[in-house]
Amino acid sequence: MVSFDLADNPVRELNQHLHAAVSGKVTVNNAGGKHSIAVGAIGNHEVEINGNVGYYCAGMNSDATIRVNGHAGPGLAENMMSGRVQVSGNASQYCAATAHGGLVVIEGDASSRCGISMKGVDIVVKGSVGHMSAFMAQKGCLVVCGDAGDALGDSIYEAQLYVRGKVESLGADCEQKEMRAEHKDKLQSLLDAAGITDIQVNEFTRYGSARKLYHFDIDNASIY
Amino acid sequence: MVDKSWLKESATFSRPVIREIQRAAETGIYDIRGFGAKRQIPHFDDLVFLGASMSRYPLEGYRETCGTNVTLGDRFAKRPITLDIPITIAGMSFGALSAQAKEALGRGASQMGTSTTTGDGGMTPEERGQSKYLVYQYLPSRYGMNPEDLRKADAIEVVVGQGAKPGGGGMLLGQKISPRVAGMRDLPEGIDQRSACRHPDWTGPDDLEIKIAELREITDWEKPIFIKVGAARTFYDVTLAVKAGADVVVVDGMQGGTAATQDVFIEHVGIPTLPAVRAAVDALKELDMHRKVQLIVSGGIRSGADVAKALAMGADAVSIGTAALIALGDNNDTHEAEYNKLGTSAGYYDDYQDGRDPAGICTQDPELSARLDPIAAGRRLANYLSVLTLETQTLARACGKSHVHNLEPEDLAALTIEAAAMAGVPLAGTQWIPGKF
Repeated sequence: MVSFDLADNPVRELNQHLHAAVSGKVTVNNAGGKHSIAVGAIGNHEVEINGNVGYYCAGMNSDATIRVNGHAGPGLAENMMSGRVQVSGNASQYCAATAHGGLVVIEGDASSRCGISMKGVDIVVKGSVGHMSAFMAQKGCLVVCGDAGDALGDSIYEAQLYVRGKVESLGADCEQKEMRAEHKDKLQSLLDAAGITDIQVNEFTRYGSARKLYHFDIDNASIY
Repeated sequence: MVDKSWLKESATFSRPVIREIQRAAETGIYDIRGFGAKRQIPHFDDLVFLGASMSRYPLEGYRETCGTNVTLGDRFAKRPITLDIPITIAGMSFGALSAQAKEALGRGASQMGTSTTTGDGGMTPEERGQSKYLVYQYLPSRYGMNPEDLRKADAIEVVVGQGAKPGGGGMLLGQKISPRVAGMRDLPEGIDQRSACRHPDWTGPDDLEIKIAELREITDWEKPIFIKVGAARTFYDVTLAVKAGADVVVVDGMQGGTAATQDVFIEHVGIPTLPAVRAAVDALKELDMHRKVQLIVSGGIRSGADVAKALAMGADAVSIGTAALIALGDNNDTHEAEYNKLGTSAGYYDDYQDGRDPAGICTQDPELSARLDPIAAGRRLANYLSVLTLETQTLARACGKSHVHNLEPEDLAALTIEAAAMAGVPLAGTQWIPGKF
């Protein structure tokens, strides 16, 4: 077990340790809203962060399991490649932006643009997400156990969206989809992975791309 | 046969304008094309060097040394890069360009000891393998972005905008979304692919400062970080880029090329390279950061004269894109018959977006791509870069400079009032700089 107290030590030392590609348990105390905590981690580290984190915590994570006991600032787990990031509180805007893989679990709410341009990551939000979530989402799944704000899935590609509550509005080219058996299986596996046991998959609605904007058509110009 | 010699063409409704109105009416879609701005705008041609005379002492050509090296990124990065020549290759994506073209750019640049730059869509092994110095672009789309490649790069360029379309995103039409391109970008094959116009996880210079700090943390503060902006509000953009922590600022004027953008965007958004250089240098000098944060200028650089003039105005290096493609073989007469089949001619071809480039450069068609020999094309680029360098040295020596960075605004005069005002150098034969004295 290695411990870093960010009240006394710079974030640089923590990140340097996580780039050494040596797996192990790491505890981070007094996060204090600092930015770029545990970014670019390489390897199977198990990192537990106590306190609120600032911008880009767990950015570009590869393989590490990172838990934040607190709230997260903007850009949590941005461009994550693999591994797992879990936050006990809320996450600010752009959560898991452009992330390619792994699992992000938000136990509270996520703000606007959650999953923007996601490229394969799976995101499970126990609460609600803000407006423009899954904007230009390419691959992966966004699971929202609460409600979704305006323009969900605007200009979405092949990502799958599952929302249990109310959707304020759908964005351009996003539509409600049939929930088939394979989708229920996938959703169940994500709920299981997130440790959610008190919600049923048939409470969710699936959304995805209508694929009308995949090729420019002058007759669709008004959709934009 | 009608005798057209007496017909009077409208300056307002010229034949290309009439044809464009007709095309728009027929198709209902704006014109999308590659290349850069084609209309006449003030440029480096409107400046001349004064040369040595009674009050200046020239250096002997071919005999006396005139240095050309440049170091980029020594403000914060642990590993700045030192290039042999102050001419770099601009960012152009694999996707827009064939893998062979990307490899050729790497080969040509490496032969001359300079850098090349990735582009939207990520880093290819061909390009990394053949590039001694490779700048990895960090774009709004983040297609192909991953920390492993980030660490393989020699520098990182955060792209805020480009000269052909400041404020615009990118597009790669379905014809060019091959299985490999689609796989690298995590998109379905064959769809029209959009690249976002703004970054997904920061919104302004204060956020960007934090973002750059994150990139430095991920790469252990080793890599120089560039910020690239399209020329628009250049003085303020450069000021904010420095504030955000850039090691290097890249300013791309409106003549800068593109693989696919609306014609209306290319021709009507942004300012020419000439005033952009002056505004960028003014900003750096006001911050006392000139030569501390390096300035790279691009957009319409064609000759050693352009390079030398940009350096004399205060740039540390220039970057070329369109000219590099022409050196590889773009718009070459040897493909005239095929250009004709596409409704165009060598020297006019700009449909980089449609994937049918006869030269095998702006295409993903395997048969067309295979036409470009990366070794021979790389050699042509190296030859061209060598000529640019020799021309730049020739002009610098004529002004008595032992290093191309010793060129200065006092070596220049403007041929037009517009150029004098934009470049901030006197109108030839006068001491007059419009707006200053």
